[in-house]
Amino acid sequence: MAFDIGLVTLVLGVAAWTIGARETFAAVVGFVAHGLLLALVWVRLAAPDVAMTEAALGSGLTGGLLLGASTRLARTDGPAAIEKPSAIMRLAAAVLCTLVSAGLAALVLLMPEPAPTLAPQVAANMAATGLGNPVTAVLMAYRAIDTLLEVVVLLLALAGVWSLAPDRLWGGFPGPRHQDDPDSVLSFIGQLLMPVGILVGIHIFWVGSVAPGGEFQGATILAAMGILAMMAGLVGAPAVSGRWLRLVLVVGPAVFFTIGLAGFAMAGGFLAYPEAHAKMLILMIEIPVTLSIAATLALLVAGPPERTTQR
Amino acid sequence: MSDATLYGLCGAVLVGLGLFGLIVHPQPLRKILAFNLIGGGVFLLFGVVAQRGAAAGLGGDPVPQALIITGLVVAFAATALAVALLLRLFQETGRTTLRLDG
Repeated sequence: MAFDIGLVTLVLGVAAWTIGARETFAAVVGFVAHGLLLALVWVRLAAPDVAMTEAALGSGLTGGLLLGASTRLARTDGPAAIEKPSAIMRLAAAVLCTLVSAGLAALVLLMPEPAPTLAPQVAANMAATGLGNPVTAVLMAYRAIDTLLEVVVLLLALAGVWSLAPDRLWGGFPGPRHQDDPDSVLSFIGQLLMPVGILVGIHIFWVGSVAPGGEFQGATILAAMGILAMMAGLVGAPAVSGRWLRLVLVVGPAVFFTIGLAGFAMAGGFLAYPEAHAKMLILMIEIPVTLSIAATLALLVAGPPERTTQR
Repeated sequence: MSDATLYGLCGAVLVGLGLFGLIVHPQPLRKILAFNLIGGGVFLLFGVVAQRGAAAGLGGDPVPQALIITGLVVAFAATALAVALLLRLFQETGRTTLRLDG
């Protein structure tokens, strides 16, 4: 209990820093720390799968994205400060937000006993999926349609980001080209970390069927390795009009959807798996989906095309 | 007070803190940050619901846990789109203000 009180104090303190910090860059650093602390909270709440996603995606990838944006927007901090609302407005906002928090806190204290749960149903039907990790079973079998739509949402977000490119840059390369300096520390770390990171990513994806982990966590680590390679200048960002790139992006959702449709013939419903082949079909979906998610996440961080030549 | 209740209260405060930042910060990037804090608080509240549903030998109800993972991924996608919109606004106008008259 003492540990939990300390952890909650830290989480709230760092969150307050994220809101109160004078500079945006400092606030983003606070946000990354906040995400890592939240990952610890997820472990305490017996949700290791969520903890991994929070650390890798919520803290890591989101943090990287926001750090990049905050450096680009650093000189807008000054002008924005002039627009700060008056003290009365801020006080009114504080009162409103306290009320919202108090209302939510009351709901937390008044939660029903016994708590509603679907855990027994999940546990009773685990054998039918051939999986050992209940969260993966929910993501890939019981609520597979949510996961399918989520993969499509990622793709739509990327289409949205790309379509923000000016016309003349359409089909170009995202982000600035980072020059490869073989003697730099970043290049060294990139070369050292990449093989290990790719192995860890694939491992986390693979063990997801029986232990905490899975395609989203694994794909995020693979995406991070891709971003590292681009930032260290080891590889150039791919052109958004590239045929291979587009194929990698859509192969996951396409295979997912096709196997979902085949479910009508095999087991009498969309995304239904025949029991004898459930695990194999889930793996057939997960492998291309992991590849597509990794590519989509990395390109979401890279942003819209900014140049038409590789150099 | 159980651990779950403690973390639930933490989630409630996070939502309030994030909402405050969303309202008072004029800088859009700070609003995006604050919005992510609200999201974190909402996920945490849902995580407490999951933990309270521990049964059948599982540490928590896996259904809300899986939905939280889905939520985290969608939140990232929305953040990436918001940041891209903001950078484009900055590229076009040289400013990031959301005011119509400015």
